[in-house]
Amino acid sequence: MLSVLNLECLRGERRLFRNIGFALAAGELLFLEGKNGAGKTTLLRMLCGLTPPNAGEIRWQGEAIRRLGGDFYGQLCYLGHQNAIKEDLTPLENLCASTRLADEPIDEGAALAALEQVGLTGREDLPCRYLSQGQKRRVALARLARERRPLWILDEPFVALDAQAVAWLSGVIGAHLARGGLTVMTTHQAVEIPAASTRRLRLGA
Amino acid sequence: MLRVVLHVIARDVRLALRRPADVCSTLFFFMLVASLFPLGVGPETEVLRRLAPGVIWVGALLATLLSLPRMFAEDFYDGTLEQLALAPYPLGLAVLGKTLAHWLVSGLPLALIAPLLGLQFDLPPEALMILAFAVFIGTPALSGIGAIGAALTLGLRGGGVLLSLLVLPLYISVLVFGAGAVDAAAGGLDPAAHLFFLAALAVGGLAFAPWAAAAALRIALE
Repeated sequence: MLSVLNLECLRGERRLFRNIGFALAAGELLFLEGKNGAGKTTLLRMLCGLTPPNAGEIRWQGEAIRRLGGDFYGQLCYLGHQNAIKEDLTPLENLCASTRLADEPIDEGAALAALEQVGLTGREDLPCRYLSQGQKRRVALARLARERRPLWILDEPFVALDAQAVAWLSGVIGAHLARGGLTVMTTHQAVEIPAASTRRLRLGA
Repeated sequence: MLRVVLHVIARDVRLALRRPADVCSTLFFFMLVASLFPLGVGPETEVLRRLAPGVIWVGALLATLLSLPRMFAEDFYDGTLEQLALAPYPLGLAVLGKTLAHWLVSGLPLALIAPLLGLQFDLPPEALMILAFAVFIGTPALSGIGAIGAALTLGLRGGGVLLSLLVLPLYISVLVFGAGAVDAAAGGLDPAAHLFFLAALAVGGLAFAPWAAAAALRIALE
């Protein structure tokens, strides 16, 4: 469903990577690996269409994502380094706002259930500035509890999470893959994610 | 489509209300700038009446400029802007929402307070009405044009100064017609022509600026 052909990235004079190519089918998980600065985040942003590649092409179901535009974005859920949450809003408001901005609004009950899943019960009405780093990450990840878009692109989703939250997130990603979803992610932690097919791509090797 | 614009407006206005200091600082800046002139020039009502339209409009321009850098910066640094750029609707709609929200929290209060400031300059009542109305329909153009500047200077060091250099020249037409409307009203003439021009600038600003700003934001996100 997702195929990548001869991708190349230049940063100024430096070549981060070249001739990157892979194809990912429904239910497959791809781990991007590499040292810090190898270009993992850049590659993920290219897969989203945020950064245009210097050469090569990314296709979703056989169509170049640049031509698909909004149709591709409707199939994609991207969680980046930053949590994209507002410190002045509560977890509940943040979750409702982020799903509305993604044009897939959920009602308050569903949002509360998602926050309960990530273990934020009792913190729903506390402005996010009073939450710990890990709790803020959980607010951002709560969106995944109800996310049904087929392609998930996750940049270091396990950062700052405790063991319990790591287990929950692995389960959520596993369930997504079992439904026939695709996931591309980076992580420096060793995590077990139940997947029919797990692949690894090493950058800068 | 419209739903998305409303969601963005609702979120931005809610955020602004959680942090009223930002809105208030713009407003107090406007009040101070406009109040310094009567103090500096002296109490000759004839001179003040002559100065009023221009001074109040320049104050409104500068106050708007003060609030522009915040328009996209926070969303840019906390990752929200990426999410907006990856939403299944055009980014221009989200920018339109943010522009309208910016007008609601910075332009609209200026329009409400402008007649009070006009009193300090001894403007006649009919000119005060026209002043409020002109600021009301002129500030959407300021927010729209400002959105382009804010998007172009996003993430740049020293972007604030560059922003004013980019945006202030584009504000000239709003200043000319805005001050012209008040001048005409104070002189007993019909300000309609000036107001029509202001309305045209506002409609044009809101219709075209979000798309230009969205293109600039995509470049900033690369």
